[in-house]
Amino acid sequence: MLALYMREMKLASRAGGSALTGVLFFLAVVAAMPFALGPDIGLLARIGPAVLWVGALLASLLCLDRLFQADRDDGSLDLLVMARDRHMLPIVVLVKCLAHWTAGILPLVIASPLLGLILNMDPLAIGATALTLLIGTPAIAFVGAAGAAVAVGLPRGGVLVSVLVLPLVIPVLVFGVSASYAAVNEPDPFLPPFLILTALTLFLAVIGPAAAALALRYPAD
Amino acid sequence: MRLVAENLGGERGGRTVFSGIDFAVQEGEATVITGPNGAGKSTLLRVVAGLLPATSGQVRFENGGEAFPTPAAAAHFLAHLNAMKPVLTVAENLSFWAQFQGADNDVETALARVGLQAVAHLPFGYLSTGQRRRASVARMLVSSRPLWLLDEPTTGMDADSVGQFSILMKEHLAGGGMILAATHLPLGLGDAAELRMTASTMDAAEVSA
Repeated sequence: MLALYMREMKLASRAGGSALTGVLFFLAVVAAMPFALGPDIGLLARIGPAVLWVGALLASLLCLDRLFQADRDDGSLDLLVMARDRHMLPIVVLVKCLAHWTAGILPLVIASPLLGLILNMDPLAIGATALTLLIGTPAIAFVGAAGAAVAVGLPRGGVLVSVLVLPLVIPVLVFGVSASYAAVNEPDPFLPPFLILTALTLFLAVIGPAAAALALRYPAD
Repeated sequence: MRLVAENLGGERGGRTVFSGIDFAVQEGEATVITGPNGAGKSTLLRVVAGLLPATSGQVRFENGGEAFPTPAAAAHFLAHLNAMKPVLTVAENLSFWAQFQGADNDVETALARVGLQAVAHLPFGYLSTGQRRRASVARMLVSSRPLWLLDEPTTGMDADSVGQFSILMKEHLAGGGMILAATHLPLGLGDAAELRMTASTMDAAEVSA
């Protein structure tokens, strides 16, 4: 399993890997926002957490369709599925999700404080948003795996993956953003939405890979 | 150990490609699947490998014990695609599969057996078609499985490599292995049983549809 994780990390870091695509897209979306909204600094600070979350969500969805498509195109997926008596398929999917998160989405989380400065967010809001992104974004990868597995045989499945996955990650977005706001707005409690976000991630870590494994049972059809 | 298929049927895209196939492969035996294009040779191999559902009948692996409960667990599958990443080196690709599938031989030995030790450090994408095929053969040598499922294994190989590959197959059989190969080209396995598939079942399905 560690071998699979290391292989995914190597693939993401070599030429043609998807590690940087997401970060650059995230940067582009968030950096464009102040220009679109104009010079109202107070408005930027107010919508900052929401902008970061939407940007991170869209950037995470960007590379999801390649999660299994690349393995299917070169035949590796057949061998991963055939090994299911040795390595449970949901665990294989989980490892691929974790590698995808580390290589493609963790850089977004790391870049988010910097982009928070562009949006004139105060340090507490930046910290809270980065923390909720850290806890919440794995859920996007887990749900995305199920979507990517369903669309694996389809040409140009990328759009379909985004459409399939988006409704399922809306709860993650809602609780991620509300926890970030609660950290700044005094009377709102931070902990309840944050714990629900954590629970969502843990819940989807089980459901997502299991659903993806079901969809990948017969990878050619 | 024995691979048994009884009354096996398979379909592709909702259309029956073959049905009523019976065969058995014993230890040390090879079976070559022949037939025209579209007769269902690759589909049959995918059904045996558990990558497509059987529409009728069943295929099972007998006396495989704990290690090999199903044909999929007991098999190496050499399909049309090589299952290697073009951006990783040959050695990296092989050592990944070695770790994932369980290594019984080291990667250098396997590469030497197929005559590729000189290109081990190159990215897989730089290899020629025949070399890629030989690297895939090396993958089967790294971890040992009793059953080899081969789909046109010698495509793109030169005459020397085909000869070398037939020696490897004979060694595999001599060690109690089994081979189920779909091919149009002679593999140099003199006494292999032949499973001849015809396109007739497919035509019949088309007529009835």
